[in-house]
Amino acid sequence: MGNAQATPARKLTDAEARLAEIFAMQQSASAPQLAKLRTAAFDAFAKTGLPNRRDEAWKYTDLRALLRDVKPLAAPPEDSAKQSARNAAVLEGVATRRLVFVGGYFVAELSDLGDLEAGLSVVSLSEALAKGDAAAMTQIGNVGEVDDPAFALNTAFMGEGVVIRVGAGVCVDRPIQLVFVAGAQPATYFLRSLVIVEKGARATLIESFEGETAQEYHVNAATEVVLEEGASLERLKISREGAAAMHVSTFVASLAADAQLSDFGFNLGGAVLRNQSFININGQGAHAGLRGANILKGKEHADATLFLDHAAERSESKALFKSVLDDSSQAVFQGKILVRPGAQKTDARMMARTLLLSEGAQANCKPELEIFADDVQCAHGSTVGALDENLIFYLMARGIPQVEAQSLLTEAFIGEVIDAVATRSVRDALSALVSERLRTR
Amino acid sequence: MTALLEIRDLKAEIAGKQILNGYDLTVKAGEVHAIMGPNGSGKSTLSYVLSGRPGYKITEGQALLAGADLSQMSVDERAAAGLFLAFQYPLEVPGVATMTFLRAALNAQRKKRGEEEMSSPDLIKRVKELAKILDMDMEMLRRPVNVGFSGGEKKRAETLQMMLLEPKLCILDETDSGLDIDALKVVSNGVNQLRSKDRGIVVITHYQRLLDYITPDVVHVQSAGRIVRTGGKELALELEETGYARYQSEAA
Ligand SMILES: Nc1ncnc2c1ncn2[C@@H]1O[C@H](COP(=O)(O)OP(=O)(O)OP(=O)(O)O)[C@@H](O)[C@H]1O
Ligand SMILES: [Mg+2]
Repeated sequence: MGNAQATPARKLTDAEARLAEIFAMQQSASAPQLAKLRTAAFDAFAKTGLPNRRDEAWKYTDLRALLRDVKPLAAPPEDSAKQSARNAAVLEGVATRRLVFVGGYFVAELSDLGDLEAGLSVVSLSEALAKGDAAAMTQIGNVGEVDDPAFALNTAFMGEGVVIRVGAGVCVDRPIQLVFVAGAQPATYFLRSLVIVEKGARATLIESFEGETAQEYHVNAATEVVLEEGASLERLKISREGAAAMHVSTFVASLAADAQLSDFGFNLGGAVLRNQSFININGQGAHAGLRGANILKGKEHADATLFLDHAAERSESKALFKSVLDDSSQAVFQGKILVRPGAQKTDARMMARTLLLSEGAQANCKPELEIFADDVQCAHGSTVGALDENLIFYLMARGIPQVEAQSLLTEAFIGEVIDAVATRSVRDALSALVSERLRTR
Repeated sequence: MTALLEIRDLKAEIAGKQILNGYDLTVKAGEVHAIMGPNGSGKSTLSYVLSGRPGYKITEGQALLAGADLSQMSVDERAAAGLFLAFQYPLEVPGVATMTFLRAALNAQRKKRGEEEMSSPDLIKRVKELAKILDMDMEMLRRPVNVGFSGGEKKRAETLQMMLLEPKLCILDETDSGLDIDALKVVSNGVNQLRSKDRGIVVITHYQRLLDYITPDVVHVQSAGRIVRTGGKELALELEETGYARYQSEAA
């Protein structure tokens, strides 16, 4: 009866109204070639507004309720902020090519753009846009079809990031690390990067995010990755945000035939963290390995939402997400595997495992399979449990104190996803981050 | 002189079920005791009660290690105080490298005793020596603790841990079961190297044969949660002949 009634126009939340205001103001300043893209994106966003718990994909992370106010767009960082960014600690000491962003701005003097490997091009997003890099312009926002309000907001407001291109057949051994350090003032950062790995090329991309406990900021980051035929990318994203930070990140990838993607999202701190991934497997024989790890405490909330679209034959995806939850923290894992008609011999597996260190912690897992081909292998599973008391006893019976026994077993639990990281020095640094995080329980 | 282990009229229960019914046992430094007894008579229970396994509750009596009340110590404190239990069923610890585990155990104990920690190179050297004595492949020790080890390999690994940690009181719960004939000799040889005037050893076993290699000073028969007979090593031979039938009826 009442079903046919049209819903009355919803009153915008304060945050939504503020976003519209800011958008109107910045639009005039935007590069003309981007204005169309931004406007289309903001219009798409405005249709739904901030996602809330009635949106399936955002069921456990109600952004409309969480985003009470919009922090201003960041102003260029002060020298003091740049100075303190020199101490950015994530993967400190690991030999990566570091590109440093402070408070949402690229800081050339802290970055290493010298001696680029032959066939590798790395340019800041602002520079690429200013130059009107045609290839970049056509790819941005077009790597996959993503219908998501947070991603639309990113497109509407994208500020800084990088455009990386790895030329055909080029292997870049040294990992490229984007270091995003929060600024001193309350702010919102819209970060956007595009990575194109051409035919048969190979690279490693690390994105690390960090901020201080006292800083209030919001990060909306998005990375789009194009893997051409036989290309290979290992991507590692580490979020060690400040305790008050909200971080929403979108990852979009398209894989051509025989491309290899290995993605690992590692959450080590932040009030609200969301990693959403849209993986489009478009080419035969492509392989996507997707891993995630959360080590959460206090009231931290981390949401990994994964959409795997298998559209080609003989492609594989392996997803493994692990969470260690203490206090009253919360982890969400939503994984959807879509196997399109004709994507025969797809092999897709998805597993989420949670270790609860406290009774107040909570895990929500929602796997979903939508399969339209008959000759496929798909599996998903999830486990939630506490540390094995018998193992704790065994370790303690050898003299290891309880807290240390618990950390050893917890590190072992997370270790499975870290062990898959290809670069040894990075792996060791990650293990050290885990120990440090667990010691400060 | 204070006994190394002094158990007096010990009663203990698990899940509300009383298993130890007035246990008395005294082990002095330098002695090797063997405990034999039928399945389910509470031999492993005794070892768990002594080491402090959660769920095992002492309801009466006392157990003292070198005069110190074990019930007042946490599991790891008991280990640091010199108690070692070689498990009847050693556990697999996925993801924890054996060396990491050994280092953590040894150095935690040393730290608690106020001793200097052992450096990594020294530890590796020592473990290599022990692996040689126990005829173990170092490759195995590069794996996570006990993961994928055969039953016999696990028993060797327990013995290696024990030899590394050099406890004051060793309790071996059926360390011989699951060992082939050669392994039995190798492991016994390892245990015999630990025999010393300062150390006590309690071997729980079903088989007289182990006692051919590790000669006990005292043999006890345990039945229904307490010791019902004590004798010399000839008692083990006698048990081989007669079995436990008469002790079981006695205890009932
Ligand atoms: N968790 C438990 N809950 C209830 N009863 C238990 C529990 N654990 C052990 N028991 C019981 O305690 C008794 C003693 O068991 P224990 O393992 O100590 O015997 P044992 O002498 O070591 O036997 P075996 O020679 O087979 O190793 C058995 O009857 C056993 O079923
Ligand atoms: Mg037993």
